[in-house]
Formats: sequence, C-alpha cells, structure tokens
Amino acid sequence: MIGFTAYTGRMFLNLCSFIGELAIFCIRVFTNTLTPPFFMRAFFSSVVQIGWLSLPVVGITSFFTGGALALQIYAGGARFNAEEVVPSIVAIGMVRELGPVLGGLMVAARVASSIAAEIGTMKVTEQIDALSTLSTDPIKYLVVPRLVAAFLTVPLLVGIGDSIGILGGYVVGVTRLEFNNTIYLINSINYLELWDILSGLVKGAAFGCIIALMGCFFGMRCEKGARGVGQATKSAVVSASVLILAANYFLTEAFFSS
Amino acid sequence: MIEVSDLYKSFDQNHVLRGVNLKVHDGKSMVIIGASGQGKSVILKCLLGLIKPNSGKILLNGFDPNSRQKSVIRSKVGMLFQGGALFDSLPIWQNVAFRYLHGKQKINAKEARKIAIEKLERVGLKKSFADNFPSELSGGMQKRVALARAIATQPEIIFFDEPTTGLDPIMAQVINDLIRELVVELGITAVTITHDIQSVRSIADEVALLHNGIIQWSGLLNQLDKSKNKYLKQFIAGSTVGPIESLR
Repeated sequence: MIGFTAYTGRMFLNLCSFIGELAIFCIRVFTNTLTPPFFMRAFFSSVVQIGWLSLPVVGITSFFTGGALALQIYAGGARFNAEEVVPSIVAIGMVRELGPVLGGLMVAARVASSIAAEIGTMKVTEQIDALSTLSTDPIKYLVVPRLVAAFLTVPLLVGIGDSIGILGGYVVGVTRLEFNNTIYLINSINYLELWDILSGLVKGAAFGCIIALMGCFFGMRCEKGARGVGQATKSAVVSASVLILAANYFLTEAFFSS
Repeated sequence: MIEVSDLYKSFDQNHVLRGVNLKVHDGKSMVIIGASGQGKSVILKCLLGLIKPNSGKILLNGFDPNSRQKSVIRSKVGMLFQGGALFDSLPIWQNVAFRYLHGKQKINAKEARKIAIEKLERVGLKKSFADNFPSELSGGMQKRVALARAIATQPEIIFFDEPTTGLDPIMAQVINDLIRELVVELGITAVTITHDIQSVRSIADEVALLHNGIIQWSGLLNQLDKSKNKYLKQFIAGSTVGPIESLR
C-alpha cells in the first residue's frame, strides 16, 4: 500500500514538473517571438519544410477523405431519401472538421517528428550547447522560426486541403454517384458560410502552433543516445496528435456550441 | 584570468563536484585530467554557463558566466566541443563565421566568408572545403573546422573538451600542435580537459587532476612526472592498481 502511494505520488510530482517545464518553455518561446533578432533564413527554410513539403501528403489525404465522405453520406442519406445533401455536407464537413483535423494530424506526423528528431540530434551532439556558446539563443534560432512558420503555413495547408477534399467529393459524386456536375458545385458552395471556412483556418493556426511547440519541446529535452532521439520523436507525434484532437473539440465548442 | 572557488554541483543524489578550486593565469594553458565520469565536462559546462552550479564562485576575466553578464563573457570565449558540434545544415564557412553572420558582431556575408576562409587556412584546411558540409569531412578535418570556429572571433579564453578523442595518433598530434601554436600565438588563456597524456604533454603549461569531485593535484607540466601524488602516479602509469577504482 505504501509502495502504491509512493508510486502515485511520484507520478503526480513528475506530471506537475512536466507541465511546469512545458509552461516555462511556452512562455520563453512566446516572449522570444516578440523580440528581435529574427532569423529570416531559418524562417523561410521552415516554411518550405513545414508548408511546401507537406502539401502532397495533405492533398492526397484530403482527396480520398472527400471521396469517402461523399460515398458515406450518399449511402446514409439514401435511407431517408436525402441523397441531395451530399455536396453541402461534404463541403461543410471538410472545411469545419475533416480538413483541419486530418491536415493537422498528417502535418503532426510528418513535421513534429522531423522537428523533434532534428533538434534532438542537435541536443545529443552538443550543437545546442554550441549555439549558446556562440551567443545565439537556441529558442530564437531553432524554435521561433519553426513556430511562426507552422502558425502561418498550416492554415494555408488546411485551406488547400479543404479545396482538394471538396474536389474529391465532387469527382466521386459526379463519376460514381451520377450527380450533375453544375448542381454539385452550386450545392457545395451555396450552403457554405464564411465562418465555416474561417473557423477551419483558425483551427489550422492553432494546430500549427501545437505541432511546432511539441516538436521543439521534446527535441530540446531529448535524452542522450539514439534511444533518446527515438523517444523524443515518438513523444512529439503522440502529444501533438492528442492535443490536436483535444484542441479541436474545445475550439468547436467555442465556435459552434451556441 | 579564470578563478574557480568552492564549486559544487550535483545531479539528484550524484555529487559530481565537491568543492573544486582552480586558478588559470592570463595566457596560460591549463589541462584538467581525470578518469571518465569524474566531472571534467561538468566543470567546463559550469565555466561556460551552460550548467548552473549548486554553489561556488566562477570568474572569467572578472565576469560571472552564470549571471546576467553571460552574454558579455560568451562573446569573449571560444569552445571546441568533443565531437566538434558543427551545425550539419550549414556549410563549413558558415559554421566558422557563425558569429559574424548571426551574432552581435554581424557583418556582411562576403566579409564573413573571407574571415572564415582565413581561419580555415590558419588551421590547415584549403579554401576548397569552405562550401562542403560537415558530414563530407573526416573526423580530423571536422576538429580543425571546430577549432577554426572557436578562434574565429579572437577569443580571450578558449575551452577544449577532449580535443583528440576519436582521432588516430598522428592526427591527434596535429591537433595538439595546432592548439599549442594558437594558444601561444594569440596569447589566449586555455582550459583543456582530456585523459590523453600525450595531449597533456603537448598542450599544457599547468595540469590539474580531478578525482572524486575535487582537484587532487595541480602543478606545472614539468612537475608532472616528479609528483608523489598517488592518484597522479596511477593515472600517468595507466595502472589498474591504486586509489582510482577501475572496473575489471
């Protein structure tokens, strides 16, 4: 019994310590984001790494998701003769929910892992210490450019993913479900409101911050050795994914509960 | 001048440094020797302000590296890391000129490149290597690049962490000779940590032996072989019999 209590207590203290460490890290990152110097070359390189190179994976995921969504809604709608809602539900479902969440998860898998592995390797090989001795704050040089790049590019990816997802639904709707192509497009657009699109983009920005912060945080606290880098990478992806899903619920609650 | 007094550092229950006292005079080269795991790298990290000691005082040319004056002292310090710690994503010349490209001493890229090439040539590397990436160089060449980076901004103090680890004996001697030349030529105060006795004999003016978290012996290089200190004698002889425990 004493052993169990001690174990529970130790776990609780470790959790508090972890949350404190993460909070201090986030405060340091946000204060550094607002003060110069800014490393523009590192920022543009991060834009390419996070945004441009994630485009294929987000595009392919969105296309197939849009297509599958069209098939599912058609099959479900057929039970009560509501097949005509397919275009509007695909559009609303993609821009409000599936575009941001799936886009966020795909970018988390690709980017959070690579950030954590890159920064973790730098930590293990003393490159982070070298940065400090060269009078350069590692937070400013490594974390801030990635955070700002993710904050700006993930909403763009979400926007592009939404469009490709709707296109996927359109292709399936017209070729497999025999919708008229003009009517499909008109119905897709007519029931879509500006706030549907904006809420998805805001979610994308929030998910971008989560992805960059988790990748950098776990990279910076990486333990020595290959195992440490592997652990950091895994933790970054898992925590980013879980936080994206949790944040998605709370943002949806905040945007649409009323 | 480097002054360390009553330096204590522990990690959880592991008391690594238990009251280290050390003094290195201007322009002198101090080599700290000791068995693996005795806290040599921890001393260096405390001196650089990368690790905060539990207690004790450190002054580098009058500045405390763990205080708000950290940025002042770091601009006057160079460091050669054990594995080189070169930035993989940057070409060699940008590694060497990093401070000139990103630091407070920022200058235009053309000038920075010129300085980087001068420093590379000073450590015996040809201009043609400037655009290579660190992964394209051998271990010895990477050490030279790291050395060029350490001296790039003409530091007043320079630290060397195991400068010859992982190198063949000939390349190790080349690096030792380079370090000695640079320290003498530039009049830099140097602190080196190593367990390579050949490096000690090539680089040192003064030597200190760290064991069990304290300096067990310190003196001039020419006193090294005459000392009766049992820790030092065992360490130099490389014997498994003596007060320094060895796992067999």
